[in-house]
Amino acid sequence: MHDANASRASKSFTTLTASAVLVNPVGLHARPSVKLTQCAKSFAATIEIALDADGPWTDAKSPVKVMRVKAPQGAMLYFRVTGLDGEAALAAVLALVHDGFGEA
Amino acid sequence: MSNSESGNVGIVIVSHSAKIAEGAADMVRQMVGNAVPLAWTGGDPEGGLGTNVAGILKAIEIAWSSAGVAILVDLGGAETNSEMAVEMLAEDRRGRVVICNAPVVEGAVIAATESSGGSSLSAVQRSAEEFYA
Repeated sequence: MHDANASRASKSFTTLTASAVLVNPVGLHARPSVKLTQCAKSFAATIEIALDADGPWTDAKSPVKVMRVKAPQGAMLYFRVTGLDGEAALAAVLALVHDGFGEA
Repeated sequence: MSNSESGNVGIVIVSHSAKIAEGAADMVRQMVGNAVPLAWTGGDPEGGLGTNVAGILKAIEIAWSSAGVAILVDLGGAETNSEMAVEMLAEDRRGRVVICNAPVVEGAVIAATESSGGSSLSAVQRSAEEFYA
């Protein structure tokens, strides 16, 4: 349940965007937030999340900011990724969401 | 409490209550995992509520990492006793220990999350302190 479409960024890297529905029971609460930020931190790419395709965008590598998004179950989570390993990063974070952060 | 030498910033939890300190450490272990050196201390030597410098020094020793140690404290004495413990450390270690201005439970989880990604001591502190930002 994600549509990946690439759009040209102003920098040398392509910005990738995709979205996925939060399937795990309590949404993006503390534990999933930690898992998401840990995953995001393992990539060099800039990774941002939002509840709307137009933002506001939140740094997915900041556990405090990710928890403040308070995304509930059933919410569409949008990703915006820019960087050399952006494709792998996007695949990894989408897999986490689809997998319900291992707790669905 | 066993700690692998991961090179990640160590986390020390200091509360007046041993139960709170231990519970916060449990949350860190379960939510963040084992990649972060972690220790907790709480209560006075008689088993009552309070904090003590010797306990804090021991916790810093257990959680020690070459990358440094971030301490999360609850109220008053936890902070002043932690400051005292830091002052008593060997000179080469003193500069690599920070006391975070953050809530003890949430700060510990966030600091450990930041540390588990290999972040520096200053990044770990900054992330934990975002709670009050």
